[in-house]
Amino acid sequence: MTDLLITNVRLLDPSAGLDVHGALLVRDGKIADLGANLGRPDVPILDGDGAILCPGLVDMRAELGEPGGEYRETIASAAAAAAFGGITTLAALPDTQPAIDDPALVRLLRVRGEETGSLTILPYAAVTRGCLGVDMAELGLLSEAGAVAFTDGARAIASARMMRLALSYTRGFAARIVQHPEDPSLAVGGTATAGELATRLGLPSIPAAAEAILVARDIRLAELTGGAIHFAHVSTGEALDLIRAAKARGLNVTCDTAPPYFDLNETAIGNFRTYAKFSPPLRADADRIAVAAALADGTIDAIASDPQPRDADDKRLPFAQASAGGTGLATLLAVTLAQVHGGLVSLSAAIALLTCRPAALLGSPAGTLRKGAAADLCLFDLERAWQVEAGKLPGKAQNTPFDGRALEGRVIATFKAGRKVFG
Amino acid sequence: MLTPNRHLLQIEGMHPPEIAALLDLAESYVLLNRSGKTGRDLLRGRTLINLFFEDSTRTRTSFELAGKRLGADVINMAVAQSSVNKGETLLDTAATLNAMNCDLLVVRHGQSGAPALLAQKVEASVINAGDGTHEHPTQALLDALTIRRRRGRLEGLVVAICGDVLHSRVARSNIHLLLALGSRVHLIGPPTLIPTDVARLGVTVFHDMKAGLAGADIVMMLRLQKERMTGGLVPSAREFFRFWGLDAEKLAYARPDALVMHPGPMNRGVEIASDVADDPIRSLIKEQVEMGVAVRMAVLDVLSRRAKRND
Repeated sequence: MTDLLITNVRLLDPSAGLDVHGALLVRDGKIADLGANLGRPDVPILDGDGAILCPGLVDMRAELGEPGGEYRETIASAAAAAAFGGITTLAALPDTQPAIDDPALVRLLRVRGEETGSLTILPYAAVTRGCLGVDMAELGLLSEAGAVAFTDGARAIASARMMRLALSYTRGFAARIVQHPEDPSLAVGGTATAGELATRLGLPSIPAAAEAILVARDIRLAELTGGAIHFAHVSTGEALDLIRAAKARGLNVTCDTAPPYFDLNETAIGNFRTYAKFSPPLRADADRIAVAAALADGTIDAIASDPQPRDADDKRLPFAQASAGGTGLATLLAVTLAQVHGGLVSLSAAIALLTCRPAALLGSPAGTLRKGAAADLCLFDLERAWQVEAGKLPGKAQNTPFDGRALEGRVIATFKAGRKVFG
Repeated sequence: MLTPNRHLLQIEGMHPPEIAALLDLAESYVLLNRSGKTGRDLLRGRTLINLFFEDSTRTRTSFELAGKRLGADVINMAVAQSSVNKGETLLDTAATLNAMNCDLLVVRHGQSGAPALLAQKVEASVINAGDGTHEHPTQALLDALTIRRRRGRLEGLVVAICGDVLHSRVARSNIHLLLALGSRVHLIGPPTLIPTDVARLGVTVFHDMKAGLAGADIVMMLRLQKERMTGGLVPSAREFFRFWGLDAEKLAYARPDALVMHPGPMNRGVEIASDVADDPIRSLIKEQVEMGVAVRMAVLDVLSRRAKRND
């Protein structure tokens, strides 16, 4: 069994309002004690050298490649990238091949996570069979098998009727519906956000309002049904205003975003750079600023790495034909910390967005340093600088939009149930 | 993408003196072509490949003629447009072309940015002969040459570009070029066919032909593709012609000496009436074709000289 004393660290746990210099004791893979004065128990000691020790990160949205896309990424390779990024718990999207729309597949994903030894996989299940948007999946049985929430992944639930039924039905199972908020009829064929840049490049475009339009509809449906709606990778100020207002009215509405939406803007696609092609597309800088502001004011509940592993053949195509998406597990913490270094978000708020807040949305006991919890830990140096280099990141897929980016803040070690899995 | 030294991928970003120099050189090729002299050997021993992923008669022929008049070995490659994996074909083709030691590569592709992608992978100088709805730089150059020869200048002229601007690479290249050389540009079309925020490029947008054509020295019509009618962007061809098609009545809104242009091929009775298109005094459409060959000769000339310098 794993026993360990991590000394000389800044203990940071937003779930408990904890931020003190001290040590943390792991016994049997669980957090046995923590604080300023722990004495000297007879266990192996690791000197943290003043770095920050926080709960292992909880990433609430990831495409893993398995099943069906193993040539792009496998659970094992994604787990290596997650460990490098300090992530110990991750919610996996269901729009795979086959889609996760059967209880056996939900159980399989959980087991595949355990097999990595470094990553807890919390499976999402499909809202509709095959994520095709037509027939409702067996949401009750899927929930019973361990699905943490329901989503059709990168496909928006287009039908208002289907969304109404799903929100209504899942009230009985206390699970959220996670929506890709983009009106499909407005987005059809589009590859860039509508505006001057898309016009100059001659790219078919999607109006930013396609996001707010679906968000407005689904907030209204959540109000109608009493269901819980969660909007994934929100990218526009207008949608965030609607979500902020819905929260103020006490509706069960939550959302997350991903680092590209607060770190990059549409200009990243200049020169037809397909590695910056995303769905939803990168937006104008005013939207990027609005997303960062919503991180600071609490409107956004979580930051997800939202990785979409792609290989060179998916990306080295004319822009409109190239696949959308980027990797993000390895860079999640450091790109988030850029907001902290920029003075826009407090360190504690940033870590909360990566730990306890997503854990709460997913009903997971992870994301905390409280005594008795599994010793899933992330040890990181807030100041250490490094440069993102595509081709040299952990994991199979290397389609990072942050290639060449200099970042400040690096994971030194990651622990799963007290066992060091990275560093 | 701003690689004026080796490729011609777009007008956007080109400097006015560079454009003017190309037009001056093209002007000399007009005279040479009219003199009937042949046997220029500027491109002797050089290989020009016309790589067309979209059907084209006019542009391909024009480049072919330009290359042959300069003495190049010209090869036409028509690549079948399959709906899937076009991109794979594209980079595979790039590898093939490198193996063939192609010097000048003229590319037309249905996807915006495809020539720029090829330019990263091939050793040849790439000339964009039209990519998706992005740019068609030699068309804008030949349009500018045509206007300049008739009007003596571009500066201060009002050029109205009318019709399906949204899907037009010709319009985008012309906007960049005309603004760079000091023209004023009016865009006229139904709101569904005007690109988002296009006014930020420095043009004035109109939805009404009467207002948009007022004061115009040049009326440049764009081709309206038939599929736009089924896509719901305009209800019907006859409705489009009623409001945005150029006939003698609407042409009268422009300056009395206004000249008419069209990049071809024309949809007679959809965006332009035959009597206007065929007007021997006001229509420059045939002259545009002649200028096309001269401009492409100038482009091949300049790019091959630059390539030689870099050898």
